Amino acid sequence: MLPTTRLSDGRRRAIVSAASVVALAALAVGCSGAESPTSTTSPTSANGAYVAPASDLTADITYAFWDETQKAAIEANVAGFNELYPNIKVNLDVTSWEGYWTKLQTQASSDTLADLFWLNGPNFQLYASNGKVLPITSEVDAGGIDPNNYPKGLVDLYNLDGVQYGVPKDFDTIGLWYNKAIFAQAGVDLPTNDWTWADLSTAANAISSALGGQGIYGVAGGMDGQTTYYNTVFQAGGKIISEDGSTSGYSEKATQEGLQFWTDLIASGASPSMSQLTDTPADQWFTSGKLAMFYGGSWARTAIAGSAVANDVDVAALPAGEQEATVIHGVANVVAANGHNIAAAQALQVYLASKEAQQQQGDLGAIIPAYNGTQQAFADSYPGVNLQVFLDQTAVATPLPVSKDSAAWNALEAALLPEAFSGSKPVAEVADDLATQMNALLAQ
Amino acid sequence: MWAQARAPAPHPRNPSLTRGPRGCGAGGPQRGRDGAWPWLFVLPLLSGIVVFYLWPIVQTFYFSFTEWGVFGGSTWTGLQNYTRLITDPDLYRSIGNTLIYTVIVLLGVPVAIYIASLLNTPRLRFASFYRVLFFLPYIAMPTAVAMVWRMIFNGDFGILNYVLARVGIDGPYWTSTPGFAIVAVAIVGLWSSLGFAIIVLGAGLKTIPPELFEAAELDGASPWRRFTSITVPLLTPSIFFVVIVTVIACFQVFDLLYAILGSTNVALPKSMTLVYFFYQEGFVNNQKGYASAIAMAIFLVIGLATLAQFRLQKRWVNSD
Repeated sequence: MLPTTRLSDGRRRAIVSAASVVALAALAVGCSGAESPTSTTSPTSANGAYVAPASDLTADITYAFWDETQKAAIEANVAGFNELYPNIKVNLDVTSWEGYWTKLQTQASSDTLADLFWLNGPNFQLYASNGKVLPITSEVDAGGIDPNNYPKGLVDLYNLDGVQYGVPKDFDTIGLWYNKAIFAQAGVDLPTNDWTWADLSTAANAISSALGGQGIYGVAGGMDGQTTYYNTVFQAGGKIISEDGSTSGYSEKATQEGLQFWTDLIASGASPSMSQLTDTPADQWFTSGKLAMFYGGSWARTAIAGSAVANDVDVAALPAGEQEATVIHGVANVVAANGHNIAAAQALQVYLASKEAQQQQGDLGAIIPAYNGTQQAFADSYPGVNLQVFLDQTAVATPLPVSKDSAAWNALEAALLPEAFSGSKPVAEVADDLATQMNALLAQ
Repeated sequence: MWAQARAPAPHPRNPSLTRGPRGCGAGGPQRGRDGAWPWLFVLPLLSGIVVFYLWPIVQTFYFSFTEWGVFGGSTWTGLQNYTRLITDPDLYRSIGNTLIYTVIVLLGVPVAIYIASLLNTPRLRFASFYRVLFFLPYIAMPTAVAMVWRMIFNGDFGILNYVLARVGIDGPYWTSTPGFAIVAVAIVGLWSSLGFAIIVLGAGLKTIPPELFEAAELDGASPWRRFTSITVPLLTPSIFFVVIVTVIACFQVFDLLYAILGSTNVALPKSMTLVYFFYQEGFVNNQKGYASAIAMAIFLVIGLATLAQFRLQKRWVNSD
């Protein structure tokens, strides 16, 4: 799906016309003219300390998120919440992914954020370090939320300087999706959970050379780190960014091996080139039956199950390099620091983190709920396909690499790495250059 | 996209007509008698322009000397943004890309003149139908247009490379090869700007007295001669208007690039235009102070380009 289609007409005009300057000014006006709304509820909520509110608490709050496909499950959650708190009206505010972050930033600048909203890993630290979201410390102390109920690596993603700001509502890991029919046609053995990089490379090259005449490739990467090269970097024992988020890991030899993995696959013809993958992304190659294997998220289940290859696919754990690894990521519900009614927002946050609500999410949506033990519905949702690997891989999962301003160095990756993958410059040279520029950004 | 398109075209044959009655100096005392009334009438429009255009320009100018926090709040950094800007290779690359784009789209102006004069052929059947046909791309949603062209340009499965392959040409990956990508976007820009240019030029053609053509025809002038010696010279005011508007719109191109290339394109970093560069720094990298400096640079570049065109128009625009 192309994110660009979601760019609203209004926003496009605002950016394009002479109003490029206006957009900036609007932001400026927004921050100078805004006043922080004051909390109107019990004194305990004013300083953010959580006490489970009385069931007759009357409030009108907004819950903002970006995924329209999850709306039904969220409405079911809200109905469950309203059985406990019938007088809290929850307004759902859905914004498309592209517009969500621009809107969020404008709202945060003018302290008009929704009372409760979704944050992802790359953006979390930016909002937490600027005091835009509230910690869940008091909710944990009051027993409302227990962080031990969720995958540990993912819980840590929403921890900044020892303070926890949210718990994941769902998670996703990466697996090796493959097309059994293409393997049979090429006469190559199917992938197993014990595969190594060498096994993948051998099979991919064999398929590309056997079926290349039909335009079929063995495997494909792409420029999306989360599904491709972050995984192989971690498998090689490298890292993208240091644990404290202060230095780049791209100058490390192991990291560069994780990048080289894709360069080699493209060079040998096992994978389409980066240009080809820009024109037609890996998941589309796969669902069109032109690709034998691709590194895809657990979320790809929905698209694959609705495609022409739906009955030919299965999924295995990612092939191991020096070690097994996969990237794990999940969204968290966070409470705005300047919300209208913090007590009500926290009550909803606590409810959405509960086993009951998470079970409901798992049963209704295409997501993997984060609460331990609620994931079986997802694993069973695609008969004949071993979705269990996405759950099992949490044992070797590394959280998506993030820092206080992830977007800035993500842009550097997008600008520099294509030359490494295409082979037009040595991987080490590009990665060292990337490390230098990234370190300069992180030092700011 | 072309916000300027709604500006009224100058009178095609006599631009001075749009400037109001001649000798307006004589109106001086009269104006004094009107008092505040004229201002009251333009106030709604004027206040909009001041609040949404002039004031933001002033503010952007101020912010270009500051560094922004992600969520607002700015600190004065003097000329730092500007010294960084003039040493930033991305600035020159984006200016270069913008120029390439502009030049290619401007190639559409002669094409539009030719098509407009064909459509103006006396007693042409289905003339309105053709006019609608050429105008359709202009009113189509740029994002929808971009989606279709993305499919056409697709390197492996697009129809363009399929057709090229049939005649023995191995087409490139149009939208994902640095160097080709901006050309591909410009082709779409040219295509979608034709409709507007044809309508404006067609209106200009209608004001050329048909007697001139009849006289030339009687004198034995060939159709080509009539085109070059009557149509084009008398059309120059309209051509000038189209060129000015096209150049300004080209310098502001963002949406086509954004929609055709997509934000994960490997060729994008080498294909950024000025406004995309502004967007990238301001809204992706969160450097709003620096982005303000880029916005001022865009303002300056467009201002200079427009000024230069107005200066040069005396040499080629026929304004009797």
